[in-house]
Amino acid sequence: MAEYKWPDFSKRSLISKKISRLDAPSKVSGEAKYSYDVNRPGMLFGGILRSPHAHARITKLDVSAALSMPSVKALRVIQDVGTEIKWEMDEIVSVAAVNENALYDALGAIRVEFEVLPHFVTEELKEKAPKSNPGEAQIIGRPEEALAESEVVMEGYYGLARVAHCCLESHGQVCEWEDDQHLIAWCSTQNVSGLPPQFAEALDIPAANVRVITPYMGGGFGSKFSVDRWGVECAQLARKAGVAVKMMLLRDAEIAIAGDRPSAYAKVKVGCTADGELTAWKSESWGSGGVSRAGNPPLPYVVQIPNIKKQHTAIPTHTGSARAWRAPNHPQGCLITMAAIEDTAAKIGMDPLELMLKNIHLTGRLASIYQQELNIGAKMIEWEHNWHPRGEGAGSGPVKYGLGLGIHTWGGRAHASNCEVVVYPDGGVEARIGSQDLGVGTGTIIALVLAETFGLGIKEVKVRMGDSRYPQSGPSGGSTTVGGVSSSTRRAALDALEKVLNVTAPALGVESGEQLEAWKGTIRVKEDPSRHIDWKRAAARIGPAPLTVMGRNPGPGSLNNSGVGGIQMAEVSVDTETGIVKIERFVAVQDCGLILNMKTARSQVFGAMIQGVAYALMEEKIMDPVTGKLLNPDMEFYKLPGLFDVGQLKVHMMTGPGYDDRGVIGLGEPPVISPGAAISNAVANAIGVRVPTLPLTPDRVLGALGKGV
Amino acid sequence: MPKDKKVESVKSDYSRREFFRTGATSALTGSLVAGAATSIAEAVKGELVGPTEVPVTLNINGRDYSLKIEPRVTLLDALRNHLDLTGSKRVCDRGTCGACTVLLDGEVVYACSLLAISLQGKKILTVEAVGTSDQMDPVQVAFVENDASQCGFCTPGFIVACKAVLDKCPEISKRDLKKGLGGNLCRCGTYAGIHDALADLIHEEVKDGRV
Repeated sequence: MAEYKWPDFSKRSLISKKISRLDAPSKVSGEAKYSYDVNRPGMLFGGILRSPHAHARITKLDVSAALSMPSVKALRVIQDVGTEIKWEMDEIVSVAAVNENALYDALGAIRVEFEVLPHFVTEELKEKAPKSNPGEAQIIGRPEEALAESEVVMEGYYGLARVAHCCLESHGQVCEWEDDQHLIAWCSTQNVSGLPPQFAEALDIPAANVRVITPYMGGGFGSKFSVDRWGVECAQLARKAGVAVKMMLLRDAEIAIAGDRPSAYAKVKVGCTADGELTAWKSESWGSGGVSRAGNPPLPYVVQIPNIKKQHTAIPTHTGSARAWRAPNHPQGCLITMAAIEDTAAKIGMDPLELMLKNIHLTGRLASIYQQELNIGAKMIEWEHNWHPRGEGAGSGPVKYGLGLGIHTWGGRAHASNCEVVVYPDGGVEARIGSQDLGVGTGTIIALVLAETFGLGIKEVKVRMGDSRYPQSGPSGGSTTVGGVSSSTRRAALDALEKVLNVTAPALGVESGEQLEAWKGTIRVKEDPSRHIDWKRAAARIGPAPLTVMGRNPGPGSLNNSGVGGIQMAEVSVDTETGIVKIERFVAVQDCGLILNMKTARSQVFGAMIQGVAYALMEEKIMDPVTGKLLNPDMEFYKLPGLFDVGQLKVHMMTGPGYDDRGVIGLGEPPVISPGAAISNAVANAIGVRVPTLPLTPDRVLGALGKGV
Repeated sequence: MPKDKKVESVKSDYSRREFFRTGATSALTGSLVAGAATSIAEAVKGELVGPTEVPVTLNINGRDYSLKIEPRVTLLDALRNHLDLTGSKRVCDRGTCGACTVLLDGEVVYACSLLAISLQGKKILTVEAVGTSDQMDPVQVAFVENDASQCGFCTPGFIVACKAVLDKCPEISKRDLKKGLGGNLCRCGTYAGIHDALADLIHEEVKDGRV
C-alpha cells in the first residue's frame, strides 16, 4: 500500500514553489473560451423581461406582439397574471430570438401591468421594517453581571452595507439539446459536478442525460452554485426552439439579483478592566439577505470573551436572495468585533495591538499562530513607529494618518473529490476530475501534484476538468477545493505510481517497487540512484492498455486539514476636508497549512485584500426607499477600485514547521475577512472618531467628523 | 465584397453614448428611436441606412471582414456574435470597465461603445492580434510570469491597453503606464500582479507590490 503523504521538503521539485498558472497564456491571448464566448451553430440569444417593481402583483400580461415577431423563436411566461413579485428584476417572461437586438425588441414589445404593493428595502432602519424575525438571545457566562462589574464599558454601533459579487463574466450559460432527452450546457458555474441533477429535476430528464461544461470561468466568489431560474429557462427555450440558446445576464441583473452579501448592523457593548482585559460582550445585531434569511454573523468574532449575550434579527427586504459571498458571515462578524475592540482600546488609551496580544488566549487553539502573525505584521508595517493614540497623529494639515488591525479564521476543510489518473503506455499522464477552475489556479494545482508525484515536468502532464463527464468532485465554495482536488489527485497518482514501480522492479533488479522512486523523468533505485530507467520505458511496462486509477477524498493518510489564522494591518490617510480615504500600506500575514503553489497562493491573498479595499471603501448596493429600486446596477456607480486605489500591499505567508506539516488547508476565504476591520480601525485611528458603517465613502467620513450635509 | 455606396458615405462617428444623448434630447418631440433617427439623418445629410441589416466591411487585425448587420450593432457585438472573435469581453457594456478594449487606428477605445457601421475604413486591432498562446508578446509574457490574471475575464482588455500605451511611449514611467490602464477594472484583485508585470515591462528592478 502506498503511503499517502506529501513529499518531504527536500524531495519537492514543484510543491511550494512559485509556478506560473498553466492556463494564463490562453487568457492573455484571448484564446480562452468562457461560457459567455461559446457560439454554437444557429444559436439564438435568450433574455428575460424583469420586474421594474420591488413588490407588485402582475395584473395584465400580453406577449402576443412579441410572439408574432418572426425573429422570436421561443417564448415562455415564467410568472403569470396574479403572481406576487417580491423583488425588483424578478423574472417574468423569457424569450429567445435570432440576435440580441431582435431579443430586446421582443422584450420591449411585451406588455405587463402591475398592482404596485408596499415595499421595504432599507434594513439599516430596522425600526421601519414591516417584518422582522428576531432570533433567540444566546448567553454564555454572566454577561449582564460582568458588564455591571466592568471597570470600563464601551458602547458602539457598527455595520456593513450589502454588496454585490459583480462577477465580470455574468451568470449564465449556453444550452443545446442533442435530442429531446439529452442536454449539453456550457455554464459559468462553481459547481460542474453538481449542476446536472439540478437541471435534470427542473427539466424532468435523467441526471445522466445532462452534461455540464465549464471550460473557463469568469469569477464566482460564492454566487454560482445553482442552475438558477435563468439556467432552466435557457434550457427550456433551447428545447422549444430546437437549437442552442445563449443566455447571459446583463450587468444590471448581475449586480441586482445574481450576487448579494447580506448586510449586518450591530449595537455593541464591551466590558473590560482598566488595563485592557476583555470581560464581557453584548450585541444586538440585525441584517438582511433580501427575501431569504440573512446570515447571522459570528459575534464576538475569534476573540471568545468569557461573558457573552447576543441576539440577531433577520430583516426580510424586497430584494433578491443573498448568496454566499467569499467567507460567508465572517467579514461582518470581523468588522463588528474588531471595531468594538479597537474602540474599547481607544477608550482606555491603550494600543489596540497591545490589547489584542493581551487577550490573545481568548482566540483558542490558534492563539500562538495569531501571536506570531501579529508580531510579523507589526514589523512589516512598523507598527511601533507609526502607531499613535487615536486622532493624535503628527502634522497639522488636513490629511491624517492612522493604523488599524483585524484578525480572522476560516475552516477550509477539503471537500469530497474523485480524481481518475490515467497512465498511458507511452508515458503520458492525465488527471480527469469533475472540478472547475474559477481563476484561483486549481488546474495548475492538480497538474503540479500529478507531476510532482510522477517526477515529471508540469507541462508533461495533462489535466482534464470542467466537465461533468469526469469523476464527481465537490463545488468550489468555502475554500474547500484545493484541499479536495489535491488530495484525490495525490492518492490516485500514488496508487498509479505504485503499480508502475511494481512492474518496473524486475528491470532494475530489485525485489519490490517499494525500493524505487520517481525522480526527474526517471524511475530510480532509492539506495542506488545510479540505477535508473527512463519514465517512458517504465510506463511501457504496464502493457498495451492504459492504467486507470481512481483517487478519493476523504481517504487514507493525512493530506489536508482545517482551521487557519490570519492577521491584517492597514495604514490609511484621510483627507478631513474631502473625506477621501486612501490606503497607504496594507499587510497580510496568512497561514494556510501546506502551500502547494506559492505564486497563486500569494495572488489569492493579494486579490482578497483588494476585494477588501473595495468593500471597505467603495462597494455598496444603494437602494432607493421610495421606488424600491437599486440605484447603482452598473459599473459606473457600483464602484470597484482601479490600479491607483489599493495602496502598497505586502503579503507574508506562514511556512515551515508547524505550518507545512498540517497538510493543505483552503485559502480563498480567509484573507478577505479582515480588510474591512483593519481599514475601518485605521480610519478611526487617523481621524479620532469611528465611521460606523462601511463603505467608508467621503460622505460617511465627513458625517462622522460632523461635517456632513 | 464591393462596398455599399450608401454605407461608405457615412462619415461621422456615432458613439452609442451619442446615439442615446441625441435620442434623449429629441424624445420631447417624438419617440426615442424616431428622434435619434432624425438626428442621424441630419448628420448624414439625408442618406439613411437601416434599420434592417446592411452590408458592412470591417478591417480587423489586418483582414477585411464582410458582414450584414443592423446599424445599431456595436463593434463588440459584431466581433463576438458575428465574427466569433471572443477575446474582447462584454462586462459592463457601457464604457466603464475596459474588458472590451480594442485599438481603432492605434487609439484605445471601448468596443461596446462604438457602432460597427461607423468604423468602416478604419483599422481595428483586437487582443487576438497581440500574440497567441504559443507566441506571446512581451506584454503577455509579463502578465503570465507575474500572475497578473486570475479568472482572466478582464485580462485581454488590460493586455490591449498596456500594449497600446507601451507601443506609443516606450520610455514611459510606471506611474504614467498605470494611468494608461486607468480605464480597466479587475474584480479578482490582480493589481499586485499587474503592477509587477508593468515593472518588468519598463525594466524596473523593484517589485514591492506597490499598486
